[in-house]
Amino acid sequence: MNLNATLIVQTLVFLILGWITMKFIWPPLTAALNERQKKIADGLAAADKGEKSLVEAQANVAELVKDARVQATKIVDQASRRANEVIDEAKLSASAEGQRLVAAARAEVQLDQSRAREQLRKEVAALAVAGASKLLGREIDARAHADLLEKLAVELENG
Amino acid sequence: MASAGGAEKESMSDYVSHHLTHLKSHEQHSLLDFSVVHWDTVFFSLFCAALVLIFLRLAARRATAGVPGKLQLTVELLIEWVNEQAGSLVHGKLDYIAPLALTVFLWVATMNAVDLLPVDWLPSLARLFGIHYLRPLPTADINGTLGMSVAVLVLVLYYNVKIKGVGGFVHQLLCAPFGMARITLNPLSWLAVLALAFVNVFMNLVEYVSNTLSQGMRLYGNMYAGELIFFLIAGLGGTATVFGIGMHLFTGTLWAVFHILIVLLQAFIFMMLTLVYIGQAHAKH
Repeated sequence: MNLNATLIVQTLVFLILGWITMKFIWPPLTAALNERQKKIADGLAAADKGEKSLVEAQANVAELVKDARVQATKIVDQASRRANEVIDEAKLSASAEGQRLVAAARAEVQLDQSRAREQLRKEVAALAVAGASKLLGREIDARAHADLLEKLAVELENG
Repeated sequence: MASAGGAEKESMSDYVSHHLTHLKSHEQHSLLDFSVVHWDTVFFSLFCAALVLIFLRLAARRATAGVPGKLQLTVELLIEWVNEQAGSLVHGKLDYIAPLALTVFLWVATMNAVDLLPVDWLPSLARLFGIHYLRPLPTADINGTLGMSVAVLVLVLYYNVKIKGVGGFVHQLLCAPFGMARITLNPLSWLAVLALAFVNVFMNLVEYVSNTLSQGMRLYGNMYAGELIFFLIAGLGGTATVFGIGMHLFTGTLWAVFHILIVLLQAFIFMMLTLVYIGQAHAKH
């Protein structure tokens, strides 16, 4: 165990080594470490944000779907109501048309009937005049006996 | 060389003492002689320092914030670990201290690891170049380990003065650990002040000296003992009997495996003591 200048050399080497490490080795490595740490932190924050916005979007979607469903039911309701209305209207108009047709037919029938009756009445009057003139043996002036004939026609009609 | 089955007859004690002789500038006769240099210790400690620096520099030059390589990951792991240790032991700026601790750990570990090389390799290699004495293990040289612990002492004194100022440091030397008496008109109190100052300074000196000695001697003692046991184990093989070679193989392997632990543990202890002492320099009383 001898102490000598080796000790001094070793002391200097020790101090210089620390200095070299401080100067050339520590800074780039810790810089890389810090930068990576920041990158990872940023990445995690971004992931967090993404997750949050995903949740938000999902809530949005749920809201939209709910709205759409409500609206769809409303539309279906409206449509069925409208359909009922249309059917009712159609029924109504159909029955009205039917009634109108029936009425028209009835009116025509009545017209025909009265026309036929008129004809008949005229023919009866003419027959009555012809019969009476044959019976009397002379010409009856139809115009002179119009009143009488008219009365007869009315009687026939009513009788 | 006994284990190499050398031609000249050599006893075990000759073999061991030959291996314990440094390559030095000239023979040393007193305990303390600063004209003598152990070239082997200087060379191998510088060699290990260069290895460590090249290793670290490689990692530092290719350092990227992106996906790191395995080398970078290893060094980053070390840096974070050392930084954590330094931060927990030293409350102050770590600009110099943490890098120093990293390098000290790796440097001491590398120097210790020289012990794992077969004890005859490097001396035999040196003999080819005409060097007849070589002790490659720098940490088994008291100059190597005390040199480092003296450097720590220098740093401790520097940080004491830097943190507390010259006045604060002198005050701490005079007043810690036993405190200081109050000066009154009573001459007895002057005596008490003088006595306390003397005791305090004495205690502080003892602390600094024992810190430095224990840090240096602990590493030296461990590595010296480990080296010596390797010599003895290697000497066993020199008997060239079945027993000798078998025991050489068995104990050599066992001790080398165990020594891996010691190599790292002693490096760790040296680093931690460095941080503890520098941390104490930062603490205010």
